[in-house]
Amino acid sequence: MFETLILILDSTVRLSTPLLLACLAGLYSERSGVVDIGLEGKMLGAAFGAGAVAYITANAWLGLLAGIGVSVALGLLHGFASISNRGNQIVSGVAINFLAAGLTALLGQTWFRQGGRTPALPEGGRFRDIVWPYAEQLRDVPVIGPLYSELLSGHNILVYAGFIAVPLTWWVLFRTRFGLRLRAVGENPAAVDTAGISVAWLRYRAVIACGILCGFAGAYLSIAQGAGFGVNMTAGKGFIALAALIFAKWRPASAMFACLLFGFLDAVAIRMQGQEVPGIGEIPVQFFQALPYILTVILLAGFIGKAVPPKAAGIPYLKERS
Amino acid sequence: MSETPAIELRGISKSFGPVHANRDIDLVVKKGSIHGIIGENGAGKSTLMSILYGFYHADDGDILVNGEKVTIADSKAAIGMGIGMVHQHFMLVDNFTVLENVVLGAEDSAMLAGGLDRARIELKRLEEEYELRVDPDALIQDLPVGLQQRVEILKALYRSAEVLILDEPTGVLTPPEADHLFKILEVLKNEGKTILLITHKLREIMAATDSVSVMRRGEMVATRETRNTSMEELAELMVGRSVLLRVDKKPAVPAEPVMQVENLSVTDQRGVQVVKDVSFSVRAGEIVGIAGVSGNGQSELLETLSGIRRATGGTLRINGQTIDLGTSTLDAADMRAKSMGHVPEDRHRMGLINSFSEYENSILGYHRDPAYSSGLLMNISAIKENAVAEIEKYDIRPPNPMLKTASFSGGNQQKIVLAREIERDPDVLLVGQPTRGVDIGAIEFIHSRLVELRDAGKGILLVSVELDEIRALADRILVMFDGRIVGERGANADEGELGLLMAGVEDNAKMSVEGDAR
Ligand SMILES: Nc1ncnc2c1ncn2[C@@H]1O[C@H](COP(=O)(O)OP(=O)(O)OP(=O)(O)O)[C@@H](O)[C@H]1O
Ligand SMILES: [Mg+2]
Repeated sequence: MFETLILILDSTVRLSTPLLLACLAGLYSERSGVVDIGLEGKMLGAAFGAGAVAYITANAWLGLLAGIGVSVALGLLHGFASISNRGNQIVSGVAINFLAAGLTALLGQTWFRQGGRTPALPEGGRFRDIVWPYAEQLRDVPVIGPLYSELLSGHNILVYAGFIAVPLTWWVLFRTRFGLRLRAVGENPAAVDTAGISVAWLRYRAVIACGILCGFAGAYLSIAQGAGFGVNMTAGKGFIALAALIFAKWRPASAMFACLLFGFLDAVAIRMQGQEVPGIGEIPVQFFQALPYILTVILLAGFIGKAVPPKAAGIPYLKERS
Repeated sequence: MSETPAIELRGISKSFGPVHANRDIDLVVKKGSIHGIIGENGAGKSTLMSILYGFYHADDGDILVNGEKVTIADSKAAIGMGIGMVHQHFMLVDNFTVLENVVLGAEDSAMLAGGLDRARIELKRLEEEYELRVDPDALIQDLPVGLQQRVEILKALYRSAEVLILDEPTGVLTPPEADHLFKILEVLKNEGKTILLITHKLREIMAATDSVSVMRRGEMVATRETRNTSMEELAELMVGRSVLLRVDKKPAVPAEPVMQVENLSVTDQRGVQVVKDVSFSVRAGEIVGIAGVSGNGQSELLETLSGIRRATGGTLRINGQTIDLGTSTLDAADMRAKSMGHVPEDRHRMGLINSFSEYENSILGYHRDPAYSSGLLMNISAIKENAVAEIEKYDIRPPNPMLKTASFSGGNQQKIVLAREIERDPDVLLVGQPTRGVDIGAIEFIHSRLVELRDAGKGILLVSVELDEIRALADRILVMFDGRIVGERGANADEGELGLLMAGVEDNAKMSVEGDAR
């Protein structure tokens, strides 16, 4: 029983990492007032970029860099449409999702001719699991052993990056000048403007931060968790990350718990596949897949109180009407 | 005039699309003086000041600071030149603390901690020097507007502003708060700082400023030394015709009561009793004014009578019908159907839907009236016809019923609401703050419409924090303090006496200077 639990928790960590990275990405963007439903597209673009470059160069780090590059480029596109040209942020986000879905499949097929997938990664093209010191020796110590060697040890570096990003984001948001301004611009851009700070530049920086984290999330899927890019491999994770963000009321620590919860549901779903539950029978996978959304709706509807988004989120900053 | 002026504007022009907000404006502001700027709603005062503060960019013209020609690309540049501004609509982040708002944009370094500590010390110093007391750790959203404004002033002082622009600072202040503000401005002036003050209140111009400039429809029409001018002259310059600063009305001839309120009590959402056992009546053909410092239950009283808020007890008799307010479920529409009009205090929150066009707003609350609606479809042409008639009669500018109400200036928005309520010819009209933020031309008009309605035999209940307005309009004055009616006076009550009643004192004690109860 304990072992099963450890196994489920272990895969919870693996499954929540891309959600967490994308969720924190969205947090930067939305805290600055730029709504981003293009997380999915950016993640997908990054997964493709990382998969392709890691295959060609056989270097996971270059793959990660490429993933970040693609994601940041898509982020800047979103910024150009919604910050510089004050377009509708939802429309721009949807466009980016379509663009990424179409372009990755098309380029994948043209370049690698494997139905849109990138070829399996060569040695060095993939982030390997890091085994912590003494993990093997401690494995048999009761309770602490499995916790240490299964749960803490034995993940790839991007998992650790994701969890380190949580306190880091909190620190940036609440302890630095950039964070103060970022939060301010998402609440009242006019206040930021009259305080002598450029609203556009601040929001661009937020969008870039969002792109970088989405790059991590995408690369995680294709060159850390997986061993190559697969068509539409994000499979809605960007949207779950968005749900987690709302669920977490745009706060970093809560975002981590929300993503862990959703990852946990996912892990349980995988575990339950094909298994009979006594008295109920087999539970369809779709039920577990829908659970994060259902949970978000139900909990938001009454249990965790109102989730108030940053006041200026989604509204282009326009000071002269004409 | 040998001294170089602190600020000089030459030929400033600015358009928003088709609207010429500023046309070829010249302005000279002497160093160490308080310079007033007045003008009708939409005259372009806020625009001009925002250009000086780098918030808008002028299409044309030059700005000179201390005699040197400068370009002010953004607010950062303006702040760098020692210009600070308290905007008409505050520029604060609501869910930030006072301290965070003050340091925003003026942090010392990339890490916050040091800057916050320095700001805390500096705030303490400013607080002592100028008596600008405010809790640095309070959230803006929990502060009353008077204190929010204090934060705005502190923000400017923290950035060591030498020139301070205040855009209608007293519009949101109670009289004692306003007095306190003017004391601070006097201190700042004596320290050699220059102050630009926008206000609609000519009394404040006469009392506080050294010189005053008048704007009309985007142009600068005159500048005067304050001691060489008069309220009458300024009013005339502003509106372009002579204005009656005093309401011209005959004595009231009240008839039977049209509205009687008995033992009304109201508890607010926090569970605090805000209206305590209030009884009064309004007769046909009279204006009853309710005076009081804001926050003493007047708003809740109006909201309850108009059906927006529920009472805990009390009765209302209107047109012979008796309603038990403690149990009634009548809403605003039902009250309107009983011929009770309501001009809410806060026109943005309750009076208008700003993203709707003028003609839609002109029937808001009366949209079920068979004249405008068949039940399923709206009769758009009838609604527009009505809107056009109201625009004409109330001189609403610009005269375009298709325009969103957000695009009208404050005074014109107020006229839209008044026109809607008055033109339905209600037996009883509840009016809250009818002239807040409204220029004197429009005030004159609004006052005369209210008096006309009274003379047509209707009953009016007027709530205003402007004592002048109450004294000018009301035939009977009730003073509210702490949820109770603490006194009733006649039309020509003594101002000092009313002031004391408003402060909750019956005799010789003095009104406290601190308006806020901190
Ligand atoms: N941001 C803006 N975009 C478009 N038009 C604007 C904007 N700000 C002001 N205007 C228009 O410019 C004109 C001048 O407005 P402004 O706010 O300067 O007037 P004001 O003198 O400050 O009036 P009030 O006394 O009501 O504050 C008005 O017609 C207004 O509708
Ligand atoms: Mg203004």
